Amino acid sequence: MRYLPLTPADRADMLGVIGAASVDDLFVDVPGEARLSGPIAGLPHHASEMAVERHMAALAAKNVHAGAVPFFLGAGAYRHHIPASVDHLIQRGEFLTAYTPYQPEIAQGTLQVLFEFQTQVARLLGTDVANASMYDGSTACWEAVAMAARITRRGRAVLSGGLHPHYLATVQTMARFTGDVIDSRVPELSAAPDDDALIASITPDTSCVVVQYPDVLGRIPDLAKIAAAAQGAGALLIAVVTEPVALGLIEAPGKLGADIVVGEGQALGVGLQFGGPYLGLFGCRDKYVRQMPGRLCGQTVDAEGKRGFVLTLSTREQHIRREKATSNICTNAGLCALAFSIHMTLLGGDGLARMARASHARARQAAERLVKVPGVSVLNSAYVNEFTVILPSDAREAVRRMADRQVLGGVSLGRLYPGADALANALLVATSECTTVEDIEALGQALEGVLA
Amino acid sequence: MNAPNKAGWRPAMGDAEVTASPTASGDKALMLEEPLIFELGRPGTCGVDIDEADLPPMDALASFLRAAPPALPGLTEPEAVRHYTRLSRQNYAIDLGPFPLGSCTMKHNPRLNEKVARLPGFADVHPLAPQQTVRGALEVINQLAFWLIELTGMHGVAMSPKAGAHGELCGLLCIKAAIAARGEDRHVILVPESAHGTNPATAAFAGFSVESIPATADGRVDLAALKAKLGPQVAGVMITNPNTCGLFERDMKAISDAVHAAGGYVYCDGANFNAVVGKVRPGDLGIDAMHINLHKTFSTPHGGGGPGSGPVVLSAALSPFGPLPFTARRADGSVVLIEEEDAEAEHPQSFGRMAAFHGQMGMFTRALAYILSHGADGLKQVAEDAVLNANYVLRSLEDVLDAPFGGAGPCMHEALFSDAGLAEGFSTIDIAKGLIDEGFHPMTVYFPLVVHGAMLVEPTETESKAGLDRFIGSLRHVAQRARAGDDSLHGAPHFAPRRRLDETLAARKPVLVWKEQAGE
Repeated sequence: MRYLPLTPADRADMLGVIGAASVDDLFVDVPGEARLSGPIAGLPHHASEMAVERHMAALAAKNVHAGAVPFFLGAGAYRHHIPASVDHLIQRGEFLTAYTPYQPEIAQGTLQVLFEFQTQVARLLGTDVANASMYDGSTACWEAVAMAARITRRGRAVLSGGLHPHYLATVQTMARFTGDVIDSRVPELSAAPDDDALIASITPDTSCVVVQYPDVLGRIPDLAKIAAAAQGAGALLIAVVTEPVALGLIEAPGKLGADIVVGEGQALGVGLQFGGPYLGLFGCRDKYVRQMPGRLCGQTVDAEGKRGFVLTLSTREQHIRREKATSNICTNAGLCALAFSIHMTLLGGDGLARMARASHARARQAAERLVKVPGVSVLNSAYVNEFTVILPSDAREAVRRMADRQVLGGVSLGRLYPGADALANALLVATSECTTVEDIEALGQALEGVLA
Repeated sequence: MNAPNKAGWRPAMGDAEVTASPTASGDKALMLEEPLIFELGRPGTCGVDIDEADLPPMDALASFLRAAPPALPGLTEPEAVRHYTRLSRQNYAIDLGPFPLGSCTMKHNPRLNEKVARLPGFADVHPLAPQQTVRGALEVINQLAFWLIELTGMHGVAMSPKAGAHGELCGLLCIKAAIAARGEDRHVILVPESAHGTNPATAAFAGFSVESIPATADGRVDLAALKAKLGPQVAGVMITNPNTCGLFERDMKAISDAVHAAGGYVYCDGANFNAVVGKVRPGDLGIDAMHINLHKTFSTPHGGGGPGSGPVVLSAALSPFGPLPFTARRADGSVVLIEEEDAEAEHPQSFGRMAAFHGQMGMFTRALAYILSHGADGLKQVAEDAVLNANYVLRSLEDVLDAPFGGAGPCMHEALFSDAGLAEGFSTIDIAKGLIDEGFHPMTVYFPLVVHGAMLVEPTETESKAGLDRFIGSLRHVAQRARAGDDSLHGAPHFAPRRRLDETLAARKPVLVWKEQAGE
């Protein structure tokens, strides 16, 4: 077996040192009736590298990958160009095969990257601080709701209808068990989000208002207005960003008054990967840092006075505080955070802005093309690189039939909101700098074809 | 090329007695210092060529536009490659040597797994793509689910949890939903003192109160004390097996039977499943739920702290309550994804969704490649070699390090030592930092909490005997220095990229983001 270095002679020598007659003697504490005598029956035995690669490649070939066809899916996962150097660098063994930096003297590479990552995220989101990443955007969203409850000592969260339905479902699942009250709604098909209705839902026992920006339909809420209303009632504003590239174009949520900003960082540096692993972004105001979940990296000095970095404020965390911890989270999304950070470093602020403008320009062109399809209209008054179109018929069916024509034309709201008939004809269309003029024309023609 | 000298074509060797003077750069040959990107980068620099947009922002965006681009410096590609490559060299990694962190399981990460995870058919597939275009991806999830069920002897598996602690949460939510479905109100979870910190934290996060179970003198759960705590308020127990002392809980089946008889459920922390994979099936021990850290047992890379992936295998009693979404194989052999839309018909008692999308697919492809590579026979060998290596370490060092449970018999996949017997003023941290100077990553230290100055060594099955002998030699040497009271150990590490770092300062005056210094 190519991954197991011990030889039969080694094993015999080692058993001699141990003083055991056989390896089975080392499993003496496993009750005999539960111990398996041979390999589990009915399962295949070991396979060569070539055989495994062949098996996996055959499975991969059954999928239509985004790069192979005109592609317009978004809804929380985005396809941007990832520079070749990103994937090369994250595969350096010193990054790929390092563990959590528990021994900082020999983990300064990982730790400095995390410190740089935290700074990049804080500047992107417009917050004072950011942590070393969470599992993903949806779990970060629940953690933010739980954090707001700790800070305000209130248990009622008001969620915008523009929040991604998977994020909403994640929050609802957790709240069912913690007893928090979740005031949520499904989106209405209006040109702009109904910020006033959301504000009207804020009550004296509201812990937080959760607003996605841009929202799941690609519309842009007025965060400053909502922040003022929430904070006026003693509640926090949590902004949720599922497409960080949009922040190259529109103002950072922290600058507009959000107290906590969470997000999905996948769009930068991390491939689609059928949904994971991704990375959760988590930033907040300085004064709330001790209520934050997740790992934090901090700057310090070593015994010779040299600058160095360590994991810090761990008295919030489970390995110290156990049942009194701010969260049960243990890992971060280290390697994905590294990929995000390298891509961000290659772009710089100017590059990100250019990428956002290019993605936006393609969205404008796509919208202009799609409204030429008979019966099709664009919902949004404003958008960055994702918008909603209204079809004359069921959008799920249109998506399936466009896929038959080798066009991945978008995400239907019917898939995201099963049973919500009012949303059944709505289709989310996302673009990026990868989108070509030819892709847009192919989308237009495919939609014309399936609606004809 | 060296010029010829008196010794012929040999370089002059210099005088070994002369002390080096500090370098102007601060670097020392291949030991390289590296500034932060904020000190290196320039605003406006970009390492990616992106065409300027051919349309301006739409008028309706005017009031939302950012006042200025994010204040983030950029680097060109050569600068970025150099920055991260230089930083990488300040990391220890399993590619450089053993990473004997007990309970963390750092084994070799096969590169085939990296290769297959990057096939465009897996890496470049959108989670919400129409199912007809992602049949192979769903097949991967289903094949891995099949293996996990077979290897554990359980009824079902929830694939979506994002990491071990998220898997713990999944298991406890299943327990909570099952108890609610019975119309009962049980709010206590029992957790042994030796448990990972995530266990009590997860129980509290899921709205349970936590009560502790003591350990026996031989490092295992005290069955009598556990039985005394059972009652109508107890929802379940969380047991790590093999436990964090590296010992198999011999009474596991009796524990399960007692908990079930009292109306509770048994959660098993599967962090240490690598010790028994292919040797014993948790389902045969009465376990109701167990998470499996794919990055531990099944070798997916840790990447400096994640991402993890924590599928949870479930008993027949808990499976009906598992989360959405999941994959199902139809009679015609095809695999479908069951989401909210089909929940009412297919999975009506599900507790709901734990996260967006379908789990850590990139980890599933790697874990499946690992499992297929080993097969049923290889996985059994994995557990046997892991346990053999750990016992070899235990018996090779117990004359210089105190092994609190060493007299009671063999250990499983990790060997536990304490700081007893070290000279006055020396403790576990000195051993750990001394090992760094020896060129090794230290073991897990000060965990589990039930042993004073704990040192938990987990070599894993991917270390060769020669490699283990080098590690044992170094640890023996450092332990002997600590027993003898060698003061220079207090200053270790001497040779690492950094000396001991001031963690108190970092926590007292947190500096979590870089800020321009005044005058810069």
